Order: sequence, then C-alpha cells, then structure tokens
Amino acid sequence: MKVLKTIKLFIGGEFPRSESGRSFPINFHDSEKIYANIAQASRKDLRAAVEAAEVGQKSWGFMTAYNRAQILYRMAEMAEGKRHEFVGLLKDTLGISDKEANKQVDEAIDAFIYYAGFADKFQQMSAAVNPVAGPHHSFTTPDPVGIVALICESHFDFGRLVSNIASVSASGNSLVVVLGPECPAILQPLAEVFATSDLPKGAINLLTGHLKELYPHIGSHMEIRSVSCQNEDTEILYEIKKLGTSNMKRVVPRYENVDSLKAITDFVEFKTVWHPIGT
Amino acid sequence: MGGRALETSTAKKKTKIPQNGTVVETKSGFKYEYSPAPESKSIVKIKPRYELFINGRFTKPIAGKYFKTINPSTGEPLSEVAEAGANDVDLAVKAARNAYDKTWSKISAKDRGRYLYRIARILQERAREFAVLESLDNGKPIKESRDVDIPLAAAHFFYHAGWTDKLNYAFPGAKISALGVAGQVIPWNFPLLMAAWKIAPSLATGNTVVLKPAETTPLTALLLCEIFQQAELPDGVVNIITGAGATGASLVSHGDVNKVAFTGSTEVGKKIASAIAGTNKRITLELGGKSANIVFEDAALDQAVEGVVQGIFFNQGHVCCAGSRALVEESISEVFIKKLKRRMQQLRIGDPLDKNTDIGAINSFEQLEKIKELVEVGKSEGDFFEPNTRLPSKGYFHKPCFFNNVSAAATISRVEVFGPVLSVQTFRTPQEAITKANDTPYGLAAGIWSEKGSKVHEVASKLKAGVVWANTYNKFDPTAPFGGYYESGFGREGGIHGLSAYLEIK
Repeated sequence: MKVLKTIKLFIGGEFPRSESGRSFPINFHDSEKIYANIAQASRKDLRAAVEAAEVGQKSWGFMTAYNRAQILYRMAEMAEGKRHEFVGLLKDTLGISDKEANKQVDEAIDAFIYYAGFADKFQQMSAAVNPVAGPHHSFTTPDPVGIVALICESHFDFGRLVSNIASVSASGNSLVVVLGPECPAILQPLAEVFATSDLPKGAINLLTGHLKELYPHIGSHMEIRSVSCQNEDTEILYEIKKLGTSNMKRVVPRYENVDSLKAITDFVEFKTVWHPIGT
Repeated sequence: MGGRALETSTAKKKTKIPQNGTVVETKSGFKYEYSPAPESKSIVKIKPRYELFINGRFTKPIAGKYFKTINPSTGEPLSEVAEAGANDVDLAVKAARNAYDKTWSKISAKDRGRYLYRIARILQERAREFAVLESLDNGKPIKESRDVDIPLAAAHFFYHAGWTDKLNYAFPGAKISALGVAGQVIPWNFPLLMAAWKIAPSLATGNTVVLKPAETTPLTALLLCEIFQQAELPDGVVNIITGAGATGASLVSHGDVNKVAFTGSTEVGKKIASAIAGTNKRITLELGGKSANIVFEDAALDQAVEGVVQGIFFNQGHVCCAGSRALVEESISEVFIKKLKRRMQQLRIGDPLDKNTDIGAINSFEQLEKIKELVEVGKSEGDFFEPNTRLPSKGYFHKPCFFNNVSAAATISRVEVFGPVLSVQTFRTPQEAITKANDTPYGLAAGIWSEKGSKVHEVASKLKAGVVWANTYNKFDPTAPFGGYYESGFGREGGIHGLSAYLEIK
C-alpha cells in the first residue's frame, strides 16, 4: 500500500505545515484519485517566510559571487539526480508525455546552469567606472535589493519557474516564492534541491496556497523590497503596484522571455561611490 | 578675498554685526567683515508675464489664469506665470505626441544629438544670465548657481548629446526603443538642473517631453524655452507648462503619457505611483532622504567638518541627498562639535546675489514655516546650536543650525527637514554606524569620513544608499548615476544607467 504524501511549505530551510493547519488535496491528472495534500499558506506563513528570507539574505547576499555560482550549479546537479522524481511528478499531475516532462526538466536544469554562469558576470556587465569631470574616482556597482517576492504564473512551466527563481537569486537576493496553482506539488522535490545544495537557510522559501488570499499581504509587506509579478492577471499586477507604494516596492511585470541580463538587473539597486583622487 | 578690518578680539568694544554681513574671526582673533560683492542683475531681463511653452510657441493659458513668482530674498514678486489647466496640459501632451510621431522619432539619431549639443552650447554661452535668474527666483547663492547648477545643466545636455547614436552599445544584446511622451514634474531646489536631468536623457533616447517646473521656481525653465527656439529644436519636442500640484497631477495621469518622471517629496511620489499603478506607464522617482554623514575617529577632522557643513548647508539644505544626520564616533565628538560650531559661525548668510554668500534665502514662506516648525520640535529633542549671526530684515532666511545628542527615534533625526538643519548622533563601532545610517525608510545618499581605505570600502558596501560619498559630499556629474534605494525612489538619473529609464528594453 502506497503512503499518501502531504506536501508541506519550505520556510527557512525547514518543511513546516501551514500554521493555519489548512491543506487541500490535488488529484492525479484527469482523475478523482488524490495525488497529495498540499499545505495552504496563510498570511502568518508568508510573514514567517519573509523573516526567514531576511536571515537568509544576510548569508547569501554576502557570499562571494563565485560561491553563489557554485551553489546554483550544485542545484543543477541535485535536480539532475532527481530527474525521475520530477518527470514522474510532472506526468502524474499535469498528464504530459514522458518526452515533454523530460524536456521541462532539461529546461529547468539549463536555467540553473545559465544563472550559475551569470552570478559572477552580471556585475561587470552592469557596473561602471564613471568618467566624472573632476579629481574623483566614481564607480557604480549593483547591490541586491534584499527580499523579493516571486508570484509565479498560473500556467506551469518548469524552465520558466527556475529561471524566475535563479535570476533573482543570482545577485544575492533572498526569495519568497508563491507557486502557481497548476503544479503545487513541485514544491517538495524543488525544495529538496535547494535544501541539499549548500544554499543558506531562508535564501529561498517556497509557499503553496491561494494567490488571491496571499497577494494583498505581499503588496503591503514593508520588508519585501521588490515583487516579480509573473502572474498573467494584470489586475493582480496593478493592485500589487498600488499596495507596494507603501514602501515603494519595485514591481517587475511578467517577462516574455525571462533569460536575460535584465532579469537580473531588475532586482538590483545601483550604488554610486565617490572618492577624491589626490596625494 | 578683500575684507574690511573691524577690530581684534582683544579690544573690549562690542562688535557691530552689520546687516547682511558676517563678522569673521580668524584663529588669531582678528575680526573682519566681508564687503558686499553683488553680481549685477542687469544681465537678465525678466518679463512681466510668462506664457506656457507649447508646440514651440509661447501660448496663453485657456482659462487665462496667472500666478506670481516671488524673489525669496526680498519677498517681492518677480513676474507672473501662466497656470496650466487640464485642457492646457492636454494641448501640451498632444503637441508632444505629434512631435514624437512626425519628427522626433523620424530624424536620425545623429541629428537628435546635434540639437542637444546646440542646446548645451547656447546654455554655456548664456550661463551667467541663467545663474542670476536662478538665484533671483530660487534664493540660492550666486556662487552655487554660477559654479554648480548652470554648468552641470549644460554638461548634462552635452553628455547626453553624445549618447543618441550609441544607444545600442549601452544595451548589448537587447532590442531597445523609445517610450513616447514623457511627463515630468520637477522640484524647486535645483530648477534648471532638474529640468536638464529630465529633458536631456528623454531627448537623447528619442522621447518627447512635457515638463512642469515647480510653481515657486518656473523662470529658468521658461528661459530655457528660448534656447530651444534658438537651437531650432523641432516644435513640440519639449513643452513646458507651469502651475502647481493640480497641473502636475493632470500631467502624470494624462492617458497619452507613456513615461512619468518625478523629483520631489516621498509623500507626493507615493501619490503619483499610486495614481498610475493601474496603468503600464513607466515611472522613475527621485524622492526624499535623511542621509547619514559618518565621521570616524581616523578622519581628517578639519576636512570632515567642512564636508559635514557642505553636506547639509549647501543650497540652504534644500537638497534631497543632504547629509542631514551626522554620525560622529564618540571618541572625537567633543572636538568635532567644537570645530563644527566654529565653522558655522563663519558662514555668510544673506543676499543670494552676493558672491560671498554661503547661505541664501529659503525658497518660500511656506518652506520657511515648515523648517521653523521642525526646529521647534527639535529643541525638545537635542541640544540646539545656531551661530551668532544676524539675518536680513526682509525675505525668507533661516540660520544654519544643528541639534546635538539627539536619539535615533527623534523627529529631527527621522523626518526630512529640507532646510539648513543638522542632527548629530554618536556611535562607537563601524557596525553601529552602519546600523544607524541604514535605520531609515530612505536610502538616497550617505557620507563616510575616514583615512582608512579598507574601512571606507567595507562601510560603503554595507550602506543602503544609492550614492555614497567617501571623504567628499554633494558631488554630481552627468556620467555618475544618481538615485535612491527604498522610499527614496526608483531608477537612476545620469550615466549609462539613467538611459534605461527612458527606453523599452527587450
């Protein structure tokens, strides 16, 4: 007899149930049979995730870029090791073919590696030494914004999901991710990848639940500095922008194509430092 | 600098403090007063009335309303200026759209650059005229408008002129395009410079502009329109509409504006961001600040005192990035305060057009009242100091002052005063300095004073501020990106980074 899974949240490197005790079942694709119970995150869980992200950012943001690159690459290695689990999950819950499921896993692994490569390169691509008209050394460098909330799209695409996470993470931000409704079960193997890649606890936090319930709290949370709003519904984007003015959140709308330098630099602040030159 | 000897401090006679003059005491106790050295007003002709600048022509406002602009150093009106209503705004946006569709997006990038170069050159040629007008309308010392505001404004046009045909190098691998019509609202603290910061990058990236200067300082932006005409800039590429908050609100919320750029208070910035949240308009905001200026015990102390003084009292403290919170290492705080008081005693307050003036007029009666109110609050929060100098009998003036030993929670260490008011706190370790500096919802600028390079870099990397000045303060350059973290706004102005604010990048 098979053990029925309960998929819990991923907060601060741990796997808690929702503090609310709520969960909802999801079925095998086109079936009445329950695949797993999914935790339904509450506002309090979101706040706990932000607190964990604050701690996580302090380690992750101050690692060397080389170290962050290696950890992102490690995620690709761990995901490769879990290929069968990912493929099985995608087939069972989305009803896609073996070929399509493998393609999605390939894209997800590609995305980890793409941003592993970017983690120590976007700085030189986006920084500048400013030729100011005077005896000063002036330079501008990127600095992660801090805690970023990622609101995933409704339509599930594993490659895009990983791109959206890794691009924000690569510069040293920590993340609170609200997974979309199509494949919430992805949380478990994906969280296991993060938990076993030497990623500092809290640097990436994953939540499942009802977006309509959570997004107003994301918009108004004062410690969340930026929101990557990938959800297709522009009303949610507009509302988050409006709520986000409480602490002037940077709200980044949905990407057509995620993979770009811009997907990293949208989540950094540029800092200009001046120092006199002289003897 | 010629000074007229008054007396030495050894004399028992009471020192006479003349109107508009400052008695300066040297280290050896020699006291003297600066003679007046006024810049002539004759270089600029102020018209009795100014119209809106729409589609290349000075146009009367539809409702026929005008308001006065005041010389803050006398309190007397300089001129009257048209008040744009919503229908005037609409005309200006239509002119900008038409110019975008029919001329500005059609001409070559090279030619766009040529217009900007022309504007830069004419502005340099007429610099003194602009400097005098700026000091008259704004109240800032002529030495600042002459040496900072106007040259930097010209430099901004010159710098951006060169970008027009090189934008593809700025964003390799990306597809870029102009946004369309930019609606821009600017403040009264650096009127012409802010106009240049907004207009130059918009035009360089191929956008057209409707700009609203602040209601208390519209004159240099209107004089700039003459330069656009002299440069033969195509009609409608830049439109300048004057008015107060309502005019600005109808501009940013106009349906055919693609891009909103605002510099001003965080309060208004939040309102604008909220008003356009339900649209796909792009936005950049340069908002308020409460910037820390950190003085370590290993700083070159006299330079640090000078830096703190310049950091907060430059432009009467009407600077979004003003170093309004001095954080001083405890071990040197006593001697620092002593030197600070001595330096402040030497600041010359008075006629903005006097070339010796360090601190000019507060821009408006309203702002002066706001500063006075906050200073009153501060008096219950810390030890108050102001120099023993006399203010002119008319006009809006405020003495530079500071509050020592204020707590981090005090109003005077949290609220942006936007005036010549400094708060001073102490710290014991670099970590404490960083924590205190970052303990604000703002994140615009910060200063560090230390002779130890490794410490400077460590602290600079941990300060949550868009601009960090180490062993200097208030330096600006068109090549150096400027802008804030957090509630100090979005986006950068200047440098390669400032261009992206005006481009669609795919």
